[in-house]
Amino acid sequence: MNIYLKALLYLHDRIDLNKNRMLQTPIYLDNNATTPMDPRVLEEMLPYFNRSFGNAASRNHSFGWTAEEAVDIARERVAKLINASPKEIIFTSGATESDNLAIKGVFEMYAAKGNHVITVTTEHKAVLDSCKHIEKNGGRVTYLSPDSQGMITLDQIREAITPETILITIMYGNNEIGVLQDIPAIGKLARENNILFHTDATQAVGKIPVDVEADHIDLMSFSAHKMYGPKGVGALYVRRRNPRVKVTAQMDGGGHERGMRSGTLNVPGIVGFGKSCEIAMNEMAEESKKLSAMRDRLERELLTMEEAYVNGNPEHRLPHVTNISFKFVEGEGLMMGVKDIAVSSGSACTSASLEPSYVLKSLGLDDDLAHSSLRFGLGRFTTDEEIDFAIDHVKTAVNKLREMSPLWEMFKDGIDLKSVEWQEH
Amino acid sequence: MAYSDKVIDHYSNPRNVGVLDKEAKNVGTGLVGAPECGDVMRLQIQVNEETGLIEDAKFKTFGCGSAIASSSLATEWLKGKTVDEAMQIDNMDIVEELALPPVKIHCSVLAEDAIKTAINDYRRKQGLAELHK
Repeated sequence: MNIYLKALLYLHDRIDLNKNRMLQTPIYLDNNATTPMDPRVLEEMLPYFNRSFGNAASRNHSFGWTAEEAVDIARERVAKLINASPKEIIFTSGATESDNLAIKGVFEMYAAKGNHVITVTTEHKAVLDSCKHIEKNGGRVTYLSPDSQGMITLDQIREAITPETILITIMYGNNEIGVLQDIPAIGKLARENNILFHTDATQAVGKIPVDVEADHIDLMSFSAHKMYGPKGVGALYVRRRNPRVKVTAQMDGGGHERGMRSGTLNVPGIVGFGKSCEIAMNEMAEESKKLSAMRDRLERELLTMEEAYVNGNPEHRLPHVTNISFKFVEGEGLMMGVKDIAVSSGSACTSASLEPSYVLKSLGLDDDLAHSSLRFGLGRFTTDEEIDFAIDHVKTAVNKLREMSPLWEMFKDGIDLKSVEWQEH
Repeated sequence: MAYSDKVIDHYSNPRNVGVLDKEAKNVGTGLVGAPECGDVMRLQIQVNEETGLIEDAKFKTFGCGSAIASSSLATEWLKGKTVDEAMQIDNMDIVEELALPPVKIHCSVLAEDAIKTAINDYRRKQGLAELHK
């Protein structure tokens, strides 16, 4: 058959398939919370549950050797993605554990050198709560406040450094707003001052190029389930050279993972993590281009509505995230209205006392804007049709709620809401 | 949070969304809540001055599904009642009808408050003394 005819028929089939594919709701747009596992990852993991089930620490038989070999391959793949050496990868149960190990582990290991840690108010709770923990144990922590777009300046960090500073911990890309800090410059500043630099890169690894050498990173937390791998497995990168970094173990036992994290290795999980890193290595460049184009379209369309605002710096941002506030609609009501898409809200109102997102509050957003925000996290399996649906669905919900909102009516009538005497209850 | 079917119904098909002429002598308006608290309700009643019955009621609410449902239900109940009967509507009636969970009881309190504020606004316009809430 003529090759052009073949191509035409192929394309025709593809288009037909797409037409017949029903859009399944709710549509998953919460890929910052977790990602679906890539089928290629699952396939790679399966034999390690039952057939090759050995303990990677068993040295006396082939079951153990097979498991160990699989872990070695995975460790290489994970290391390669971040330009590390395999020995610098400590497998953990996930990024929360990695953050705990990095912060508490450095605090304990370097107690003789100092007790001061620098971090940022918009960090993940795993970092903030680990910092709270060391404060209870004699540590001192400086919490830097970002600007209204979520950015930290080098000067802020420089001013916070004291002779007692042993660690700077600043996240790579923010989980709520996607903002990327200037990690290479921060790493360089830390190195020049002989201070260790830890970054929680859970949202960034596998999405954008992360290079522990170029970025001057000493410790880095990341996780498989944010990059199409399984839940329950992550890693802490611990630099071995220039400088050689050590952390005090937070889990004692059989001395696994160079003594820094005891516990039988989660072989299937680690194999899956390795595969997801390999796929990311090969596909990240294309994928991030595709996702940022989709994200930009979603954002552009939603911003055609009046009084809609993007939260966070729009330039320095992960490619797959946008966080938008819709003024004059209430967050929980909005979540109820967008039930056919799975997104996150800046509002955590599970009780009578509403608690807006502390990240958005740190940017200086008023409570009402923080409450009425939605975080969209696109992923590998997001389609253009799903984005079309989401645009339409969100617009409909916001417009409907605004029609019902006395605040919207007052705004349209030119009434300054700040001048109204509200009856607080 | 799981919403009851009735809350979902009122949220999806709110009754009596709209505005009445707040300057009219036979219209009472109640605006309660505050944007910072995440709830603002505006409830209005229009009274037939001959029969003394509430012939129309409208609302607009900024708030969660339960707040929208509470005010939507309130407007349904208000229509056809006398002002005195309307004064008797208790927030616990709303809680019961909508099966509101404990954390959402404040939505019903706000709705009751909006009803009473609207009635007092009407009474003031009619030259009557305000009733205690």
